[in-house]
Amino acid sequence: MSVLVYTENWDGKFKKSSFELVSYASKVAEMMGTSAVAVSIGNVDEAELKQLGNYGAQKVISVNQDSLKTLDSQAYTSVIATVAEKIGAKVIVVANNNSGKSIAPRLSVKLKAALGAGVSKLPVSTSPFTVYKRAFSGGAYADVVLKTDVKVITLAQNSFDIIETAKNATIEKMDVSVDAPKTQVKEVQKQSGKLLLTDAEIVVSGGRGMKSADNWSPIIELADLLGAATACSRPVSDEGWRPHDEHTGQTGKIIAPNLYFAVGISGATQHIAGVSSSKYIVAINNDKSAPIFEVAQYGIVGDAQKVLPQLVAAVKEIKGK
Amino acid sequence: MKILVCISNVPDTTTKVKFVDGNTKLDVNGIQWVINPWDELSLTRALELKDDASTGVKSVTVAHVGLAASEPTIRKALAIGADDAIRVNADPTDAYHVAAQLAEVVKKEQFDIIMCGIESSDFNSSAVGSMLAEFLVMPSVSAVSSLRIENGTAVITREIDGGKEIVTVPAPFVAIVQKGIAKEPRIAAMRGIMMARTKVIKLYEPVAIDALTETAKFEMPAPRAACKFVDAENPKQLIELLQAETKLI
Repeated sequence: MSVLVYTENWDGKFKKSSFELVSYASKVAEMMGTSAVAVSIGNVDEAELKQLGNYGAQKVISVNQDSLKTLDSQAYTSVIATVAEKIGAKVIVVANNNSGKSIAPRLSVKLKAALGAGVSKLPVSTSPFTVYKRAFSGGAYADVVLKTDVKVITLAQNSFDIIETAKNATIEKMDVSVDAPKTQVKEVQKQSGKLLLTDAEIVVSGGRGMKSADNWSPIIELADLLGAATACSRPVSDEGWRPHDEHTGQTGKIIAPNLYFAVGISGATQHIAGVSSSKYIVAINNDKSAPIFEVAQYGIVGDAQKVLPQLVAAVKEIKGK
Repeated sequence: MKILVCISNVPDTTTKVKFVDGNTKLDVNGIQWVINPWDELSLTRALELKDDASTGVKSVTVAHVGLAASEPTIRKALAIGADDAIRVNADPTDAYHVAAQLAEVVKKEQFDIIMCGIESSDFNSSAVGSMLAEFLVMPSVSAVSSLRIENGTAVITREIDGGKEIVTVPAPFVAIVQKGIAKEPRIAAMRGIMMARTKVIKLYEPVAIDALTETAKFEMPAPRAACKFVDAENPKQLIELLQAETKLI
């Protein structure tokens, strides 16, 4: 018996979110009186794999085969399922990100294992095995009982803190036979050097109240000073003021930063659905009755154009810049 | 080439949900039901592909798992332009149950491209599309923001962390689509609405499949602390408050 966690890598490196995932898996393992094993697919060096021990992985299984260079949901599912069966995993933990979402439901079918998707805290109980997840796009939460012997969980991003528990993880290389992957990657377009919206701890987001694409520089400046990512509401990306990948909301990106600045955003239900898991929300809006103030903990009723430069100045002063 | 679009029937996205029966069931009183927003975009893209003769797409079918009460949502999909519709006559119990029902439909009807929305706005599990693909032992591509057909082959853009990949997979396959797949959902025209009224919705009886999960109860989100207002004349105070209370700045 054990808890298996799939740790994705990005060009051979793990991220903070990988360590959150391993921390979560080892806590689940503790609740079940067992230990956590990580599985890595692709070319990751031993030092990097070893790091997973710092967050509680007792063993790291590394599957590195040429055929698994790019994500093919069928092939990756097959590898993780094989490893899970080999080690007798009772729970498989996967990130609730794009690749995790393409794998976890397939694992559920392949292993006939109940899926708890987008789980945002430790299981409510292990018998019956009950997880807590977001429902109705943040309008509610649900306690869901996973009724099968083996379970698959996807962990919502930024929902669990890193816990350091130095273990000396053993590394095991494993070969798994898989059918030739059917997904062929023709072209990769990566943005380099930009902090990813889904990884950011602080996000500064602008809405229609910013009035024009030309008014964005104080948002970008504030974000740079705070080490934050920039985001926007749907009307802004629809107008082409900001790129679509910044659109945050129900149909755009769902984010859960620690601190979210909503500037000139009124707070339509669809926008709130994408940001309601943020730890703190700060709203700046000239309409005192805007719904964003119902979910914000800090607010300024005022003209964003006037307030933003003063916020920038205040942050500069505090940071001594 | 035949496309299947799987549609889910969800409360209008502006609904403030409430629960009944000891918080185990959604209170359906007064709810407006709509096609799940991502499924509506899928349908729009499928119809755009069919409109372009060079793609070779001959028909767009919609399939839904639900009881007769969900027929207005299926009619809406027909009104928007789907050629035909299938309803599996079952009360959907969980994603596994729904995907298993859809798999039976696909096995009987045969499609080249199956499109599913990335998630439903009610359970947010992002599960049905990928589960369906696994039941069918078919390739699937997730987070699809563009789907084109060039010389009979599907060319797909998928979103990855911090970028995009352009990929191909052989048909039949499942495309799990997100924002970007179509610009705006297509709206039903009067002619479509009239035609949809008389179209026959093909009925499938469900296969016996047990759900693997069960919702024990729903909860409302924890109330957030009331907003502390800072005077617009003194924004510096906001930064000081954030520094002192959140320790994040």
